[in-house]
Amino acid sequence: MKRLSLTLAMCLTGSVTLAAEVAPKDVQFDEDGGVAVSLSGVPGDAASGAIIAGTKSQGNCVACHQLSALADVPFQGEIGPSLDGAGDRWNEAELRGLMANAKMTFEGTMMPAFYKVEGFIRPGDGYTGKAPTEALTPILTAQQIEDVVAFIATLKEE
Amino acid sequence: MNYKALTAIAVALALPLSAHADADDDTLVLNEEETLVTKTAAPAHLSDVMDEVMSGWHFRSDETQALQMDDFENPAMVFVDKAMDAWETAEGSEGKSCSSCHDEVDESMAGVRAVYPKWNETAGEVRTLATQINDCRENQMGAEPWKYTGGKMTAMEALISVQSRGMPVNVAIDGPAQSTWEQGKEMYYARTGQLELSCANCHEDSYGLMIRADHLSQGQINGFPTYRLKNAKLNNVHARFKGCVRDTRAETYKPGSSEFVALELYVASRGNGLAVEGPSVRN
Ligand code: HEC
Ligand code: HEC
Repeated sequence: MKRLSLTLAMCLTGSVTLAAEVAPKDVQFDEDGGVAVSLSGVPGDAASGAIIAGTKSQGNCVACHQLSALADVPFQGEIGPSLDGAGDRWNEAELRGLMANAKMTFEGTMMPAFYKVEGFIRPGDGYTGKAPTEALTPILTAQQIEDVVAFIATLKEE
Repeated sequence: MNYKALTAIAVALALPLSAHADADDDTLVLNEEETLVTKTAAPAHLSDVMDEVMSGWHFRSDETQALQMDDFENPAMVFVDKAMDAWETAEGSEGKSCSSCHDEVDESMAGVRAVYPKWNETAGEVRTLATQINDCRENQMGAEPWKYTGGKMTAMEALISVQSRGMPVNVAIDGPAQSTWEQGKEMYYARTGQLELSCANCHEDSYGLMIRADHLSQGQINGFPTYRLKNAKLNNVHARFKGCVRDTRAETYKPGSSEFVALELYVASRGNGLAVEGPSVRN
């Protein structure tokens, strides 16, 4: 029911989404790498965020992180720390900053920036290996970022 | 950086450091006869970043490893046989075969794989084995060059590699090759593509760890060409580079390009001291 009403809320506010959306170039990071303002202006949907985090063609967070909450997703990576309990370690603004561009929190980290469109060396057209023919889009949309933030925020220490 | 960032790093560090030793301790004995050097002290130019270099063989499953230990089991060996035929076959306007100039492959090609890529004085450039093979085809035989990553090329590379199996990789990185080597080194550490990942992020900082279902190795090339169970064919170095660069959401370089030649020289030099293994078997 909760998820249904959230989805409903998203539909209702859908028309103002564009106006409220923060473009990748306009994201304001605070000095610790956090981002206070919602990127989409629409509350995140944790259930959708769980799918994004576990899906290879989307967030693919499991490529590098273990997440017990996604136990049904096989082959979780171990490049980054386990995300279990990450909702206790980080508040919403910090999580949003980590998703948008983790390098603002952890200098030089291996974690990719999911909401960034410029400043790359030889960026390609997705995973084709070819040069892009159009302006780059971020790896995740503003709403997908908000959804993943909402999902990670639910990961509490038992 | 804030306090929590530090804690997370501490967590990250506390967990998988031991995993860097995650390569196994098995011994690669070829055909129950010859023990190959698959782990050795890192060459001097790497000593500030790692102590030991290891073959990708150590990061594969026992089943995959076993396939490489016996030439009758190694699926790459049929391609070596095919290349043996090609070695003797005259082609092109000059009516020559490889053997017209190089006689017996096991004599003339012994030790060759171990020192490539290599500076070619006449051409004034660093050449890979594949570049040299195509140069012979075009300029000595008057034949069409082979596709850089094609089946005929990878088979011939395998035949030539076999003649050096067990010898230590020993590519020269100084003298006239040095600037090419420097270029390759810069490429190795460049964080490319929309994922901003360098070769070093995966193969120097994270080897031994799992990235999704893949067990990261040091990305050594002493085993090339490699028969991959995944695509059931021989793959040469530039085909592998292309795949890895593509996976960073980057625009790749072309196989055979001067950039990939430079990168190959640099990556080969990271394996100086490891035994030539090609053709190896990987997943
Ligand atoms: C290519 C590897 C990689 C990918 C993909 C990746 N991360 Fe990370 N992540 C890291 C690393 C490495 C760190 C540790 C920070 C550091 O020290 O560099 C980290 C740190 C974090 C942290 C803080 C650590 C903690 O638990 O306290 C969070 C939260 C996080 N990542 C979430 C995500 C989410 C969500 C995604 C997907 C949308 C994701 N990561 C994708 C590598 C990755
Ligand atoms: C996002 C991670 C990632 C990056 C970045 C990456 N690779 Fe790889 N690479 C892999 C994986 C996964 C494999 C397969 C498992 C293994 O052997 O490590 C692999 C395999 C290889 C192999 C085959 C090793 C063997 O024993 O057969 C080579 C060589 C290689 N990589 C070189 C490179 C080079 C050079 C670069 C930079 C241009 C690079 N890689 C960048 C993930 C990566």
